Amino acid sequence: METRNLVKRFGSFVANDRLNLQIGKGEIHAILGENGAGKSTLMNMLSGLLTPDEGEIIYKGRPVRFGSPREAMESGIGMVHQHFMLIPALTVAENVILGMKQGSGPWYRHTKACEDIKRISHSFGLDVDPEKRVSELSVGQQQRVEIVKTLYRGAEFIIMDEPTAVLTPPEVEDLFRVLRSLKAQGKTIVFISHKLKEVEAICDRVTVLRAGQLAASSAMTDSNAAELARVMVGRDIAPPAARPPLEGRAELLSVSGLSCRLSGVQVLQDLSLDLREGEILGIAGVDGNGQRELCEALMGLSAGQVSGSIRVRGEPVAKPHPRAMTEAGVGYIPEDRHREGLMLPMSIGENLIAKEYRKPTFSRWFTLSRKRIRQAAKAAVEDYRIKTPSIDHAVSKLSGGNQQKVILARELMLRPKVLLAMQPTRGMDVGAADDVHQRLLAERKDGCGILLVSTELEEVFALADRIAVMYKGRIVHTVDRAEADMELIGLRMAGL
Amino acid sequence: MPGNKLAARAVTVSIETLFYLIAIAVSLLAGALVMAAAGVSPWEAYQLIWKGAAGSSGALKETLVKATPLLFAGLSYTFAYRCGLFNIGAEGQIYIGALMGTMSALLLPSMPIYIHLPLALFCGLLGGALWGGIAGALKVGRGASEIINTIMLNYVAIFLISYMVTGPMKEAGGSLPQSASLPDSAVLPQLLGSRLHYGFFLAILTAIIIYWVLERTTWGYQIRSAGYNKRAAEVMGMPVKRNMLLVMMVSGSLAGLGGYVEIAGVQHRLMQNFSPGFGYDGIAVALLGNTHPIGNVLSALLFGGMRSGANAMQRVTGASTSLVYVIQAIMIIVMVCNRYWLGGTKKRLREWLIRKLDKTTGTIEAGAAGSLEI
Amino acid sequence: MEAEMWVSYAAAAIRLSVPLMIAGLAILFMSRSGILNIGMEGMMLIGSLSGVLGAYYTGNVWGGVLTAMAVCGVVGLMFGFLVITTGADQVIIGTAMNLLGLGLTTVFGRSLLGMGTEAVQVDSIPVIRIPLLADIPWIGPALFEQNTLTYMALLLVPAVSLLLYRTQWGLQVRAVGENPLATDTLGVKVHRIRYMCCIIGGMLAGVAGSALSLGILNQFTENMVAGRGFIALSAVIFGRWTPTGTMMASLLFGGADALQLRFQNIAIPYQFMLMFPYVLTMAALAWFSGKAKQPAATGLSYKSAADRHA
Repeated sequence: METRNLVKRFGSFVANDRLNLQIGKGEIHAILGENGAGKSTLMNMLSGLLTPDEGEIIYKGRPVRFGSPREAMESGIGMVHQHFMLIPALTVAENVILGMKQGSGPWYRHTKACEDIKRISHSFGLDVDPEKRVSELSVGQQQRVEIVKTLYRGAEFIIMDEPTAVLTPPEVEDLFRVLRSLKAQGKTIVFISHKLKEVEAICDRVTVLRAGQLAASSAMTDSNAAELARVMVGRDIAPPAARPPLEGRAELLSVSGLSCRLSGVQVLQDLSLDLREGEILGIAGVDGNGQRELCEALMGLSAGQVSGSIRVRGEPVAKPHPRAMTEAGVGYIPEDRHREGLMLPMSIGENLIAKEYRKPTFSRWFTLSRKRIRQAAKAAVEDYRIKTPSIDHAVSKLSGGNQQKVILARELMLRPKVLLAMQPTRGMDVGAADDVHQRLLAERKDGCGILLVSTELEEVFALADRIAVMYKGRIVHTVDRAEADMELIGLRMAGL
Repeated sequence: MPGNKLAARAVTVSIETLFYLIAIAVSLLAGALVMAAAGVSPWEAYQLIWKGAAGSSGALKETLVKATPLLFAGLSYTFAYRCGLFNIGAEGQIYIGALMGTMSALLLPSMPIYIHLPLALFCGLLGGALWGGIAGALKVGRGASEIINTIMLNYVAIFLISYMVTGPMKEAGGSLPQSASLPDSAVLPQLLGSRLHYGFFLAILTAIIIYWVLERTTWGYQIRSAGYNKRAAEVMGMPVKRNMLLVMMVSGSLAGLGGYVEIAGVQHRLMQNFSPGFGYDGIAVALLGNTHPIGNVLSALLFGGMRSGANAMQRVTGASTSLVYVIQAIMIIVMVCNRYWLGGTKKRLREWLIRKLDKTTGTIEAGAAGSLEI
Repeated sequence: MEAEMWVSYAAAAIRLSVPLMIAGLAILFMSRSGILNIGMEGMMLIGSLSGVLGAYYTGNVWGGVLTAMAVCGVVGLMFGFLVITTGADQVIIGTAMNLLGLGLTTVFGRSLLGMGTEAVQVDSIPVIRIPLLADIPWIGPALFEQNTLTYMALLLVPAVSLLLYRTQWGLQVRAVGENPLATDTLGVKVHRIRYMCCIIGGMLAGVAGSALSLGILNQFTENMVAGRGFIALSAVIFGRWTPTGTMMASLLFGGADALQLRFQNIAIPYQFMLMFPYVLTMAALAWFSGKAKQPAATGLSYKSAADRHA
């Protein structure tokens, strides 16, 4: 498999910029890169979900062009998605067979399917029971079903998107065993990850992507983890602006022993942190290491079982609830602004008051004051430079960056003492992101404590006073910004 | 420049109005086809419907009488819908409201009208709230679909009323399945010399109150927020689950009130099958009224008019009043197509119009076209 | 005497459960592909009327059944277009379908067939006595002296089971109802499957409607379905979205219906017997909660990945 000058654009954004890579038969090839480096785009093109704008893909010596995942599949390229494409209510066998012609005739032959699956799973050391329903399986077992699915379709070339992200350590070991046995039988595997240790353990070659471009490609034996981390991050960070010292400041938020189990998985493990007045604590880490669960547990939005203690300004919070946290002076910028942050069909004003509508500023005797809501909207539009045709427009009509400004305006209108900001600039252009950064710094100056969760190291380095690294539901490293070492943080993020 | 935005807005409004009118016209046309197929001259039939609906002051009053239960049912659907819930159970809630109201009218000791009538109306309201509340509680507590449960409750209510008027509540000495007639103190007064009763004005008042609650109060704001984005409303700290239960109760109570109003204003006694499907018609009323309380008033008047007109038509031509159902159904389908399917067409038309206007006046900025940045 | 009464009761129960069973299977098909059809009432009415019309004009009762299938197949296609292609809300379209069915059948029933005593009567579906089997005491006369449609309905249940659980197509249907996105990535045409289920559902609704008008009453009367479309929906829910479960629930509900018709003077007022299916369904729904067997994608419209990017 080879790609030549592969280019993919989304609007004006170039996700993949002239990528040339070679993947040899029978190797385990790692693709490394930070969030947004273009790994997923590349893989989606290889597996037929997206078509390249320029360049070509050469597979088995012939140029190919896939119109759909099915076409890629028919050529022997299979993909194991990070979020499994399984149907819980159906059995393993049914999930594997679905969409396939099973010999002649319209019948679904269960016994034959089970036999085929058993045969495949035995030859690769994948232990799955084809009779079981997928809903009864553990995450690791579900992943095996996904692998069997690609093998059943005759895949020679298997792409795995962050396969270890959802697995426990023993399950990871097991997966590695399977991968080795696949390799031994001549299958080619592309292993997407940002966990260096795992890449080191299993892969033969490694390709590093950075900002849509190829940053490095070499045999695993010729490189080491530290070097890869540097190539992956690949930039020098501006020296921190001088910050006043924080000694003797009051503690605003103190969390100790916070644990959370969500549908059987320990997503937070005995996590402790504290946040002082006028401080920005940056939580660095790769997506999916418990950052979202941390914020949800703090706001009382978690669907799992939470234990541990939370104190806001010295007061213990017995049972966190979003309203109680708001009243305690905690603001929250959720990660997914469309799903959790905004009522899209409502106007800017109606979104602005979502946490304060009961206050006398906006309502009297249970009646909303339209005038004041419009005033607030007008003030926010001017103050935050929100681009909108009019203040009465639905926020669904605004661009992503302007929607985020509406959320920011709402949270800062609360004059919060503590602000939980999750990915506050995700998907925003540089200018709008800078606006948000300036706002956060201004709040910090006013004494607000900010918990900044970001998967972009650069953002964390630019804003934070202290940096904590989250890995698998724990804080594995905490350091002052002044003493922070980018490389070390990169390694910690990868679990080293 | 505000003038440009105003022009862009005017374009939007006129396109929406245009499509609305087209939708109604298409429905009436489809109705005409059905009439023609059934051997009735559509021109004559529509003339008769128009005469029967608005041809005289008597006809107009009859339209208002017919619109009353439809408006209550429409408001009931609207209120739940705005919270993201489907209350298909207005029919059952109407029956239970009528039952509870009638019981309080018949069983309470005699008292003056200014106490008895409000009390009976309140009991009707309570009955509806109870019936809606069952579905609401099952939804919140057990996660059971309110759609299915409200449908099931409709039939339970209908059979319960059938039992009551053939059994315990049957008029002493009567042979028909109906209750004794209401005492005067529990009857809605009628305007002199007509069938129009004060229930109609109560319905209008209710529509205004519902509008006020939904659009102006903090509670209505919570309801709308949850209707647009349940998860976001939870993140904002609003009591979404409690509101879902309350909304189902209020939604039910609107239908229940409508049920007793129909009894106290028109029938004056509880009887089997007194509602020819008001509850289901309410869904059509709400959809045509764009699930807006004031829009409901207009569409209830339209459907009320069609109903009283269809009665007149049936008397003359012999064609069934059920034609109204056909027109209503087609209207729902056309409105739904308008909302879900023609969005792209409308957008293109709007952009084209704005470009045209732009060429002639050169003032409308592209930004005002509300183009979506992705 | 006593025994005879019970046998005739059992025969009636089975006869009355046939329309429920067929309509239930229709709903099941649509439900399994992720489409909630609360418009069965209207579809069945259209089936009842077109069945009688077909039988009247062709002079053959099977011509009537085929007409009903064809007409309702088109109705199912229309339903499919509205909920699949336009993505309109399934509850709303279902309600419209009920109104449409009631309105159209009343208008055309009157204009084409007359009403009251002058109403057109047609031949009913012939009763076939299966030799030998019908001679079995008790069971024989109850089960094997039924009309042809009853036998067909009873055979339809295993047929549908076979189709859904033992064919590749059935597997695709079930997968579409559970997770259209995952099914789409495996190259299954989600919309095509749903359209097919809507058409099959429509055709079965036609049979169910004519089972009522041609199998039981020999004529069309206004609003003759009288809630059976919703009882069929209950039967599917109570039968936990399986063909066999739907059949059992239909027999149970049919039995309740026969009970109230035959024994109007028993201790329980007949209205409570009529309520029985609905109350039972509500109880079942509350009971299932958390471990619901409802196809996960029920009621949700799906736009294919390609459509969404466009």
